Amino acid sequence: MARILLLGPARDAAGRRHDELPGRTVGEVLDAAVARYGTDFGAIVRVSQIWLNAEVVGVDEALGPHDEVVVLPPVSGG
Amino acid sequence: MNPPDGDDWISVTEASLSAQRLTSWASRPDCGAVVTFCGTARNSSTNGRLIEALEYDTSVELAELRLGQVVAVARAKWPELVAVAIHHRVGLVNLGEPAVVIVVSSPHRQAAYDASRFCIDTVKSFVPMWKREVWEGGSAWSEEAQDLLRLEDL
Repeated sequence: MARILLLGPARDAAGRRHDELPGRTVGEVLDAAVARYGTDFGAIVRVSQIWLNAEVVGVDEALGPHDEVVVLPPVSGG
Repeated sequence: MNPPDGDDWISVTEASLSAQRLTSWASRPDCGAVVTFCGTARNSSTNGRLIEALEYDTSVELAELRLGQVVAVARAKWPELVAVAIHHRVGLVNLGEPAVVIVVSSPHRQAAYDASRFCIDTVKSFVPMWKREVWEGGSAWSEEAQDLLRLEDL
């Protein structure tokens, strides 16, 4: 299982901020998240940047036991 | 919140921001310029709604990490900078209150003005932060969102 952190609009679409999902890679965890939260969440993932902990990664990145996948939709700070 | 020992002061907080306090902190004997920028909550949005408040969501840890990178890049671009502070609110921000305060000091004004502009533009496109507009009877995420930049884009 891998931890996932959902921020801003991704949190709203999923109805939660944290979760634990199955997957050996970032892509597998995101697929599991879309299966769990639905197509609205999937649409947000498609336009989001994905981090592993604090680093930008691709979907093929393998996960370690303490890693956290972070979904970051387009931002609107300031 | 106490000032740091060094010349960078980063904070993401639910507490009200004080531009005056940060300006005083950044004022140094070797600085002839202190530029203070306040980004304040305004009552109108791009879709014409009358906004009553803004609500910011983030991961404080990740936002502070990236604010630190903003300051590091600003210092690399303008080595003459002396003090740099970027403070950003999370949670509910009432109209007229600052959601972000950026203070930059340097011996001369050009670097301070340029670095201040760089910092606010970069905060808006590089820091994980999401603004929710709150009006009477509803709320929605801001439509002004930008794709998140990478460090190598700065």
